[in-house]
Amino acid sequence: MPKWFTPASVICALMFAVSPLLIANAPFESTMGLVQKISYYHMPSAWIFLIAGIVCGVASIRYLFQGNLSQDRLAQAAAELVVLFGALAIVTGPLWARKAWGVWWQWDVRLTSSLMGWMVSVAYVLVRKYGGPGSDKLAAGLALFGMANVPFIYISVNYWRTIHPKTSVVPKLPLQMGIPFWFCVVAFVLLFTLLLRLRVRLEEQRARVDELYLALD
Amino acid sequence: MSRFFRVAWIVLRKDLTVEMRSLEIFSTSLFFAVSVVLFFAVAFVQEGRALDGAAAGILWIAVAFAGTLALGRTFERERQAETLRALLLAPADRPAIYVGKLLGIIALLLVTEVVLLPLIAYLFQAGFFSHLLWLAAILLAGTVGYCAVGTLFAAMLVRARSRDVLLPILLYPIAIPVIIAGVRATATLVAPEFDVALARFWLSLMAAYDVVFVTLALWSFEPLMTD
Repeated sequence: MPKWFTPASVICALMFAVSPLLIANAPFESTMGLVQKISYYHMPSAWIFLIAGIVCGVASIRYLFQGNLSQDRLAQAAAELVVLFGALAIVTGPLWARKAWGVWWQWDVRLTSSLMGWMVSVAYVLVRKYGGPGSDKLAAGLALFGMANVPFIYISVNYWRTIHPKTSVVPKLPLQMGIPFWFCVVAFVLLFTLLLRLRVRLEEQRARVDELYLALD
Repeated sequence: MSRFFRVAWIVLRKDLTVEMRSLEIFSTSLFFAVSVVLFFAVAFVQEGRALDGAAAGILWIAVAFAGTLALGRTFERERQAETLRALLLAPADRPAIYVGKLLGIIALLLVTEVVLLPLIAYLFQAGFFSHLLWLAAILLAGTVGYCAVGTLFAAMLVRARSRDVLLPILLYPIAIPVIIAGVRATATLVAPEFDVALARFWLSLMAAYDVVFVTLALWSFEPLMTD
């Protein structure tokens, strides 16, 4: 493991331990009150969900056309994190929506495209797990088409009405809300980096064991 | 270029000849699609009145299900006869083989749709046929998009262990936008008043989807099919 891994894990754990205190002390939002505090975790997980998706897609394309095995390992690790952070975003979102909109779910452009993107990542993980030999190529193809899909889902659902808050609220956050928010973002980015590194390493070790095993034969 | 289309045409003609002689895929997937429609008719038509807008959705669900069956079967046939290897070893462009296969499946699904439409129109009192040209364009655009992705994944899955389970898992999340657009476009046809602008929007979205996905499939067929 790289030298930074252990100190970074300690910092990350501390940040997640402190974050509830910061969130609890942040001022209440005037219209939504307590329930708005979900967004301190919801938005960072949604952002990481998106970043992990992009990492997975780009790595898959590079693997497909350059045959670089390390890119395949990166894509696999990122896909699993898309499932994880996507699940966080999709669970925390409706908890907030139930209070703010009065419904758990709405076929709004962001919700629909997130759900479809999440489904593609779940399909990716399923294919990797149960596809048997050759599933790496299959999964890479899925990621390639999954990336191409995003604009179409976006356009098709954008035609319906949208009620999801825009990201443009972020720069306008008052300082007392901005500090805990960006603190959470950093914590989530750190967690993502650590998990990604850990997962890639596991695959690297697995590949090495396979190599050694073949060398013994 | 003419060589490309010649190869595609030979693959298409071969597939159609095999299918004409056995009618295996057509009859089985049509039977399946009709059963699906009947299930929905039992569930959604009560006292002779169908649920509003259900017909468009049911048409596309039946097409998607029948399509999955047909896609799996066309490549399974090649695998059983060990002819896929021969096909891939042939001194022909891989993308041309893909196009030939794609056209075969599109033709098969379009015929299935022609049989399904009157049945759904009859069971759900849906007036699909008031704008025939629009209907044809919508069906063609949707079917091409669905099959473009489906043919690629089905071809890739030939060597996979659990291909029957994996095909829908791969295909459905990717085919969702084209199915959404197909359902919405068809819904404009059965609506009390035909909204041309709305139909045009969904149709052009499907056309864009077709172009992007056929291009992507042609581009990635070669690296995806090589071991």
